[in-house]
Amino acid sequence: MTPLLELDKINSFYGPVQVHFELSLSVPEGKIVCLLGGNASGKSTTMKIILGLLKPRSGTVRFAGEVITGEATPRIIRRGIASVPEARRLFAAMTVRENLLMGAYVRADRQAVAGDLDRVLTLFPRLAERLTQRAGTLSGGEQQMVAMARALMGRPKLICMDEPTMGLSPLFVDRVLELIAAINREGVSVFMVEQNASLALAIAHEGYVLQAGRIVLSGPAASLLRDPRIRDAYLGGAAAA
Amino acid sequence: MMLGPWLDYTVNGLIIGNIYALLAVGLALIFGVANLINFAHGSVYTVGAYIGWASITFLHTPLPITLLLVIVGCGLLGIAIERVGLRALHGRSRIAPLLATIGISLVLDQLVQLICSPDPRALPNQLGDRRFQIGGGTIGTLDILIAGIGIGSAALLYLFLRFTKLGWAVRATAQDQDAARQMGVDTDRVNMTVFAIASALGGVGGVLVGMYYNDIDPNMSFDATLKGVVAMMIGGLGNVPGAIGGGLLLGLTESYGIALFGSSYRNLFAFALLILILVAAPNGLFQRRRETPPEPLTGTFVARSRPVRLPPWLVAGAVVVAALLPLTNQPYLLQTLTNGLLSALLALSLTLVAGTVGQISLGHAALLAIGGYASGLLALDLGWPVDLGVPAAGLITAALGTLLVYPALRMRGHYVSIATLGIGQIVALVILNWTGLTRGAMGLTGLPPPEIGGFDLTSVRSVYWLVLALVVGIALLQARLLSSHLGRAWRAIREDDVAARSYGVDANRYKAMAFAFGGFGAGVGGAITAHVYSYIDYQTFSATLSILALTMVILGGLGNIVGAILGAVVLTALPEMFRFAADYRMLAYGLVLLLLIRYRPQGLLGTV
Repeated sequence: MTPLLELDKINSFYGPVQVHFELSLSVPEGKIVCLLGGNASGKSTTMKIILGLLKPRSGTVRFAGEVITGEATPRIIRRGIASVPEARRLFAAMTVRENLLMGAYVRADRQAVAGDLDRVLTLFPRLAERLTQRAGTLSGGEQQMVAMARALMGRPKLICMDEPTMGLSPLFVDRVLELIAAINREGVSVFMVEQNASLALAIAHEGYVLQAGRIVLSGPAASLLRDPRIRDAYLGGAAAA
Repeated sequence: MMLGPWLDYTVNGLIIGNIYALLAVGLALIFGVANLINFAHGSVYTVGAYIGWASITFLHTPLPITLLLVIVGCGLLGIAIERVGLRALHGRSRIAPLLATIGISLVLDQLVQLICSPDPRALPNQLGDRRFQIGGGTIGTLDILIAGIGIGSAALLYLFLRFTKLGWAVRATAQDQDAARQMGVDTDRVNMTVFAIASALGGVGGVLVGMYYNDIDPNMSFDATLKGVVAMMIGGLGNVPGAIGGGLLLGLTESYGIALFGSSYRNLFAFALLILILVAAPNGLFQRRRETPPEPLTGTFVARSRPVRLPPWLVAGAVVVAALLPLTNQPYLLQTLTNGLLSALLALSLTLVAGTVGQISLGHAALLAIGGYASGLLALDLGWPVDLGVPAAGLITAALGTLLVYPALRMRGHYVSIATLGIGQIVALVILNWTGLTRGAMGLTGLPPPEIGGFDLTSVRSVYWLVLALVVGIALLQARLLSSHLGRAWRAIREDDVAARSYGVDANRYKAMAFAFGGFGAGVGGAITAHVYSYIDYQTFSATLSILALTMVILGGLGNIVGAILGAVVLTALPEMFRFAADYRMLAYGLVLLLLIRYRPQGLLGTV
């Protein structure tokens, strides 16, 4: 079966600096796949390439079997990819409700959107109380929920999340991870970029490790969790083990 | 109490305020989605007025059709401006599209002049002039129409932004363009929509104001842009409801000001209000208390590039050739080159301030005016010899220029440009109104020619040599400064104001020093110009000259000394070579500016 999302031999550059070297990865339908890596490994750039914010110099991106490399971002979103951007990027001066409805911007079925709003609010009950509040006034954790709920509103096949746990309190980190798993159980595939390897692998099905623009390790999440190289790199090395 | 006249002034102020609000709302919308102060907005307003005039005069359209044609025409023009002029500049430094809109406005204004002639036209009020008594004052049908259109378009705009999908997309794009794209919003389309709406509103404003005064002319653009910008700044950059309040407030201020002091003070109030707002409440009067201030608009136009290395012998050779030129006995060529070199004095000053220190000044010609008037008055009123008056004028300009720009020193990016523009206008208006000192609109006549040690320099040749010597001298001095510690501090401020400060660079002091040195050179230039022309008035050194100087500096390469001189000479001499094209001069300048920004932002010789 063809994977839902497939990156094939991507080489990308920022000006003269090469970011990716022959990067290939895939997200099977219905799975959570995480991309791990430290600072400057090229994680966020991978996200930009999927979303069409940056064009790779060579290589192809395929979504649901079709080549989407180099397409404009709005077109890619219309294909059924939603984004939970790094640092959330809510529309701060708009209300929570307006933010959520912006997530459904690409949809024309008004009635169904209203229904989806109710459905999303049952998943994020906390937001129901905050609907008329300006998004910029929410706490970091609440904002992350708005960002995830907003992504769901587009009825995407795939949600791309850029560091969803960044800057959250430990309590909220767990909550957010639970929600990602819950979203996935509803049939939405998830591709997430994370620094926090153990947490991400705990909910993911598969993982890739990116180092200086190259995939150095990949496989089922459970086996990556046990891999000593992962422990060395991300879990505090041998001392912690 | 005479309440009647005051009621009239209030009505008048609110009506004009409505026009300003129409302009300011458009500017605020555009600023919101494009982070851009659209200096072509006044030109669209003028085009609107002329579309209205043409459709009434030639098509005899009734009012609703006239307005419809204006809305459609200006809406399309707005789309064209965004699509052709600005879209390619996405992702460039923020001052680039601003400069592009200046180029677009030069082109549009000249086109209107070429097509409709520069003469003023009467724009008939299609409603007739019926007036109603209210209280002690009166209100006319046109007043009611203007108020109705103002309120109606504000209401429509509110409904659009609040309840339509595209309106939401506009607001989302204004807040975070990248995030909006990730929601599937086609931000190019949003930009285009906003330019269309803003331009349609501006065009309607133009037609209405034309009917109000029964008079339109192609030179009304610049004033309209400025008033719109002032009104928007009062309300807060990009704040749409604030822009309406700002427009009304500006209209009332002007109207009461005229009532108290007379109409030649009208613009003085507007610009004094602008500077006051910029200094005291840069976020505008209507910002919510704890709202985050708008992002500081940093980023200069300095496109990173390697300056073209000119071998010293080439530069020296060029100076020698220039010095020997008078021997060829070509008075017309010398005259043209003299004008070019006089412009070079202004360009040298501007390339220092805008290029090296990164403060894009849009009011630089005011320094010439100060220098010219200082030297002229010293000669006429105090009988100073010119060779003493000119350097004194340089010093006076350095001091006064630095003092005037003082409020702008702590500003950044767009704010500097707007403030310097306002300060430049204030200088011209003070010269116009301070009749006791400056002789007001009469100007200074019978200025003595330049002299050295008692010898009058009257021949074309000797004036040329004098100006050439000055340009070379100031250029050498400026080059010396740039390679010193001072030059490094200046460039550090340009690259990152905050970082420079955190390394202990007293940024305001260094900026002041740049304005002082630049002021001296420009002041001397203005003084020499005054004595060569023998006549100056408050319009000799107009805002157009400020824009032209900026074009010269960008052409040469921002911060580039040789480039500034080259740019000044080329842009002054080229139109002279093509005499037949005199009518198209501003058009050419506008196109040069647009093409440079688009294809060679580092200029001919590269930025330094």
